[in-house]
Formats: sequence, structure tokens, C-alpha cells
Amino acid sequence: MKIVVCVKQVPDSTAKVVVDQGKITWGDAPLIMNPWDEYAVEAALLQKEALGGSVTAITIGDDSTKETLKRALAMGADDAILVSDAAFVNMDTQATAQVLTAAIRKVGAVDMAFFGRQAIDGDSGLVPAQAARLLGWPAITLASLIKIDGITVHAERGIEEGRQIVSTKLPAVFSLTKDFGEPRYPSFMGIRKASRAEIPTWSLAELGIPAPVSVISWPEIMNPPVREVTCEFITGGNPEEIAETLADKLLAEKVL
Amino acid sequence: MNTWVFIDHFKGNALPSSWEAVGVGKTFGNVTALVLGSGIEGLAKTAFEYGADEVLLADDATLADYRAEAFATTVSKLAAERTPDLLLFPTTTRGRELAGMVAIDLKTGVMVDVTALEASGDRIIVTRPIYAGKLLTKETCSSKPQVITLRGRAFPRPATQLGRSGMLTKVSAASGDFQTKVEGYTAGEGGVSLTDASVIVSGGRGISNNPTFTPPGGLDEKQAEAWRGQQGYKLVTDLASVLGAAAGASRAAVDAGYVPYVHQVGQTGKVVAPDVYIALGISGAIQHLAGMRTSKVIVAVNKDPEAPIFKLARYGVVGDLFQVVPALTAALKKKMGK
Repeated sequence: MKIVVCVKQVPDSTAKVVVDQGKITWGDAPLIMNPWDEYAVEAALLQKEALGGSVTAITIGDDSTKETLKRALAMGADDAILVSDAAFVNMDTQATAQVLTAAIRKVGAVDMAFFGRQAIDGDSGLVPAQAARLLGWPAITLASLIKIDGITVHAERGIEEGRQIVSTKLPAVFSLTKDFGEPRYPSFMGIRKASRAEIPTWSLAELGIPAPVSVISWPEIMNPPVREVTCEFITGGNPEEIAETLADKLLAEKVL
Repeated sequence: MNTWVFIDHFKGNALPSSWEAVGVGKTFGNVTALVLGSGIEGLAKTAFEYGADEVLLADDATLADYRAEAFATTVSKLAAERTPDLLLFPTTTRGRELAGMVAIDLKTGVMVDVTALEASGDRIIVTRPIYAGKLLTKETCSSKPQVITLRGRAFPRPATQLGRSGMLTKVSAASGDFQTKVEGYTAGEGGVSLTDASVIVSGGRGISNNPTFTPPGGLDEKQAEAWRGQQGYKLVTDLASVLGAAAGASRAAVDAGYVPYVHQVGQTGKVVAPDVYIALGISGAIQHLAGMRTSKVIVAVNKDPEAPIFKLARYGVVGDLFQVVPALTAALKKKMGK
């Protein structure tokens, strides 16, 4: 089973992200593997362990994003590829999907491609479905359970109303929800292996595609309006009296 | 502007954000509603009552269950033939996925989870939250059609006009060798969904700290903690049921096993914006605040007066959850006549 997992490096979810003079900054918060992508790596590794084969981690970015590929290697991925090119600036999701699709094709004979459900920076959540569409593969998005039987996939996916139970055929694209199961921590051996790994870089020329054209632009990024609120603390009396006062205030807001 | 709105539904029950999208579409002129499914003519009628001027109805057994490939191919084929300027989807699991796929087919982009929009000539400029709402961005798309998904509850639901009608156009489902088959469903817990809820009651780590909880024997420390949290979560569900509210949780509460992940509010859970958000035993980690900071009225009960949640709260109680919350539930129950 040839498995690819696409990962992204993002500022830590605890980072205080602000716009300063038109640029997004997150202070000295660390850059991490997108938390959703950890589930994708876990799912990829579980399939490899069940079915044999290899897991290749792919990211798009500059040299610094190799750290996230190393995290995937330390968790147990067999190899990693950095896709990097000066032409990759301000890419929208369909441009990103085009580049990742080209990389998946170049890896060749891939059976399963795993993605996190969305990245916690751009929050689009579109790339898995868009990559599937470009590849012409079925998309099993928001999967909480995956079972492979030959080339048949049995899966459950989260929807607003509960879970949808589906089957499809490989090759296929998967995105994962948190219900899938806790991602593993890198092992000591894995970290050692990852620190020594040589990570190849593929440019546009190596992918053999023209520079993708982004159609979405974002002329302005803003800090959200400051929430002007002073907390009115309800004090005095026993819990019943406090509850009574709070209930009256809430009802007076006419929002219940 | 020739505007289409995809009506997302499950077995004929439309998700409320579909109608909000019809309302947004109407601000740009006439609206064509896309209704795909099987045996869903009644939904077309409802779409007219919410303001749709035309309904493209693909009523076909192959569309009985949502399958991304079959639905996307049908929408893309219709759009390629009839060239709308603007395609609106609700930001639901289906709406988001379809918008992404249809945009690939039509060689255009998607502006996703939009909370505000304005026309500028024949382009739309949207505002959408990124970094779970820590930042906002304005976006625009240089290609046609413009594809936008709209965040639930960010726009008002239009009033219905009973008996209002429009042009019903029956269209066929796209045929193709779609690999995915739907085998069935397992129901969720039911109750009110977080993203559609006007009131949310959420519990955090603090709901497990009741000293009177004595876990059954034979549990390890982690299991005992989960057990205490599950018991404490009844504070949340009792208050939620009095208010007809959805039940939420912090990441800490989900990770510790108090409640399943579907309840998680925050950067790696659901981003919500109800009229009232009641946070019980939630200190207010930045990831949680990002997921609920645009709620209209925030109420926090916490034992720590320095908890960051109070900085966003309209009303706060510093005290013991296990005394205050049952009293609050009882008081509201009495006052609301339930």
C-alpha cells in the first residue's frame, strides 16, 4: 500500500496571532504540525501497519517547514518530500491542491492520500476535497473510521446528523476528524531517525507543472474588533440568591 | 447578479443556514435554489416560501443519499450550462465539500465560511475569520463564477411567506461511475447542534471537581477523572435542557474523556456564535476563546476570579459550580415556566 500524507506547518494553537502593520505575527510562539494533520499521520501509519507498504509525508513551504516533515518522520513515516518554489506565494486552496496533486502523481502509484480536515491558520478545509477532484479519486472527508479490504474501503464519516457509513474503491483521498483516535507521540528512535533524514526538495520544474494561478486574493487582513465588555460580577448572598439575580439579569437581556 | 443557492438538507430537512443563504442571495437580486435529492419536491416549495424565485430540482434516486461525487458533478454540470455569476453554499460539512469540488470543476476559487459580504461592481468582497477568528480577512475572487460558503448564524434567516411560489425547473442528475456507496447512518446524540444553536451551555475542566463524586473502584487515575467529568457534565446538560440549548465543552474536557468530541468548541472544535454562551468551569484558554468570542452575551461561572473567560463575559459568578449551577437551573426553570 503506497500511502501519502499531506501536512502543513502552522503557528501553535496557543499563539496570540495579531496583524501588525499589515503582516500576520505570532510573537515567539512555536511553529508546529497542524494539529489536524497529526490525525492524518496517525491514520496513514495505522493503514501501513495493517496492510504493509510505505508512508510518504509531503508539505509545501520553505526550508523551515522541514521541521514538520521531521515530526511526521519521527512519528513513523518512511520518507518525506518538501515541495518548494519561489512561485508559491499567496496560494489559494485550488492552487495548493494543484501542487499537492502534482506531487502525489510524481510519487506515483499512490493508493491512499491522507489530509487533516483543515489547517488552523487559513481554516478553509477545502484542500482534501479539491485534491480528490483534481486526482479524479473519491473523497472520504471527515472520516472517523477506515477499514480496507482489498481495494474496497469501508468508512464512517462525521456529518451534522451523526455518521454516514460509506464504501468506496481505492485509490482515494481521506481527511480525518479527531474521533479517529489519538495521534501517537514520536518515539526516541523515530526522533533520531528523523534528525538524520535527508529530505529531498521538489520544485515546480521537478513536478512538471506550470506555476499555479491563484484566483483568490486577500487585500486586507485585520484584527477583529475589540470586544467592549466589562464583566458584571454577581456577588452577595448564598448560591440561591446569586442564581436568582443572574437568572433575572439573563431574562432581562431577552436573549433566552 | 444571477445567484444560485445550494439548499443543504438531510432526508428533506433543510439545515437552517441554507435559508440564511437564500436571504443573502436575495440582496443581490433574484435567487435560484438548487435542490438535489430524492422525493424532495416539498423542499422546493419551502425554498419558494423563503424567497427563492426559481428552483432547479434534481429529484432522482441516485441522489437519495449525499455523495460528494454525484452531487458535485450534478451542480457543476448545471452551472456550466447555465453560467450563474454567484454560487452560495451554507458552510455545512456537505456545503463546504461541494463548494470546493464544484470550484475545481468550474476552474474558479472558493471564499469559505464568510461572515459578511458586499458587492463591488460585479465582484463580491467578503470578510471571513481566519486563525479561528483571531484575525479577519477580506477576500475577493478574480474568476467566475464566484463561489462562497456562508457561516451559519452570521446572517438572518428570512421570513417565510406562506403560499409564495416561483418557477420550478426539473433537471436531471448527472450520470457517472461514482465509486462511493452509502451503506447507512448512525444517528448522532440528537439534540440541538452547536453551530445552529442560539444558546449554548459549555463545560470545562472545572465540572469534574466535585469532592462528593466518588468514582467506583477499579478505575485508574485517568478513568476516575473521566468518570468525575461525566458526572459533572450533568450540570451542563440539565441547564441546557431547561434553556433548549446545545451542550458544548472545552478541549480539556473532551481530551479528559468527559464528553465526545462532537461537543468541542474552539480552534480545533466548532466555532460558534450563539446569542448566549454559558461557560461552566472553563478558564478560557486562547483556543477556546477563539471559538466562541463572537457570542452575543457570555456568562461565566468559575472559581478563579482571574480566569481569562471573565474578560469576555457580560456576567460572571466567582464561586462553586456545584452550588451555583443547580440553583441557576432551578431559578430559570421556575421563571421560564418550565
